[in-house]
Amino acid sequence: MFDFLEGYDLLGAFWVTIQLTFWSAIGSLIWGTLLAAMRVSPVPLMRGFGTVYVNIVRNIPLTVIIVFTSLGLFQTLGVTLGADSFKTINFRLAVLGMIAYTAAFVCEALRSGINTVPLGQVEAARAIGLRFPQVLLLIVLPQAFRAVVGPLANVLIALTKNTTVASAIGVFEAAALMKTMIENEAQVILISAVFAFGFICLTLPVGLLLGWVSKKVSVKR
Amino acid sequence: MTRPTVLYDAPGPRARRHNLLLTVLFLIALAGVLWWVFASLADKNQLAWDKWEPFFTTSGAWTTFLLPGLKNTVIAAALAMVLATPLGALFGIARLSDHGWVRAAAGTVVEFFRAIPVLILMLFANAAYAKFTDVSPDSRPLYAVVTGLVLYNGSVLAEIVRAGILALPRGQTDAAKAIGLRKNQVMRYVLLPQSVNAMMPAIVSQLVVIVKDTALGGALLGFSELLASVRPMSANYGANTIACFTVVAVIFVLLNLALTTFAGRLERRLRSGKRSTGAVVTAGAVEELSTPGEHVSRDDLDGPGPQAGH
Repeated sequence: MFDFLEGYDLLGAFWVTIQLTFWSAIGSLIWGTLLAAMRVSPVPLMRGFGTVYVNIVRNIPLTVIIVFTSLGLFQTLGVTLGADSFKTINFRLAVLGMIAYTAAFVCEALRSGINTVPLGQVEAARAIGLRFPQVLLLIVLPQAFRAVVGPLANVLIALTKNTTVASAIGVFEAAALMKTMIENEAQVILISAVFAFGFICLTLPVGLLLGWVSKKVSVKR
Repeated sequence: MTRPTVLYDAPGPRARRHNLLLTVLFLIALAGVLWWVFASLADKNQLAWDKWEPFFTTSGAWTTFLLPGLKNTVIAAALAMVLATPLGALFGIARLSDHGWVRAAAGTVVEFFRAIPVLILMLFANAAYAKFTDVSPDSRPLYAVVTGLVLYNGSVLAEIVRAGILALPRGQTDAAKAIGLRKNQVMRYVLLPQSVNAMMPAIVSQLVVIVKDTALGGALLGFSELLASVRPMSANYGANTIACFTVVAVIFVLLNLALTTFAGRLERRLRSGKRSTGAVVTAGAVEELSTPGEHVSRDDLDGPGPQAGH
């Protein structure tokens, strides 16, 4: 029944999806945290930059960003991100686009987490003489991160699904393989079911696991 | 002027010096990045006026490429919205049913379509229309895009509807039952009309997600929407890729910012309204607080949160 799968590297395609997700997740967590720190910082210029970045990037379709990294950054401006084969260049460009986009959502999730930290915590921290970076790093962010495991899990799941957009610039991940298979094989329904099942296997355990973690680590107030 | 907030006091002389230093450093870094961007743009001759001129001095670029693309984007988004909303309402209500099997069936369908990338759904719809129906190849991309969007956003809207009904004060149901209304009367006359109000901000915000996802059809299914107009346009006006992308991105941002602002206004109006029940489902409430497989609890539904924009 599943003999149409022969000759296709199904696991390899999903492995590319996982790699895309992994690197984009790490990158957007770092860049998103920096953006969140900027948005709550006492420096007006940084706050302004963070606000403008988030509001612009969030409203551009991810597809536009990803296609731009290829047509604009690579083909027009010659940005290769230190890679020399097309395959690696496209992969890195896709990760870059994904980070730029997802960081905006990570930033907003973190910011809502910062809002959950009670004022008294911060006042106490200031009373013992901590300064803004210390207040942020030692008192606020650790509590904020624990409060936003759930929302961040949703960002991660959305990111996993969004990696399919990378097929628009020729990264050969799951959606690209599905497109090829649909063109060459007759079993439309079965092929779609296989890929749907693959994504459910990727997203559902992450959702359940992180949902459980978020209950475990949430700060009881 | 820096005002005191949760995180920092009103700055004293030392903090002011410190902030000034940070401002200057950040400004230098920002200027460096901008300089690099503009230098590489100028280097590739992307800043020349004749690359940008088609968008400002002539109407050709707008009437031939941008406006028809925008029209298709809006048509697909509007169709998807109109078709997904009733579907979402149906499944959202079914998930609140008293019968276990109805709840389970609706829940499975909703969680299934929420777990799958919308692109996979579009690719499936495209192939299925080609194989099983006689939809003409010209209109197939639009059909495929709308079908994918309806399946995915229908399930997200189902969660919004469920959240909207759950967010109503319990007293509404109790009172309705006390005056002898039956189950479906409670839903039709009391809960649904009020929750529609509460859900409006979330529904408008979901429209932003739909508008953004139409671009997938342009990149991968040959649907001639706004993003798809970049290639023919830059070919026509002498490889002005950067200018084309900038204009297309600006249009998307303006369209979506308008929707986001509208949703925010609606939310504030509902929150301050005297006649409302006080229940408001915001954009973030559903996407961010219910991971797949997890149930939305009453306390989770309200609160500050980012846009659901994935």
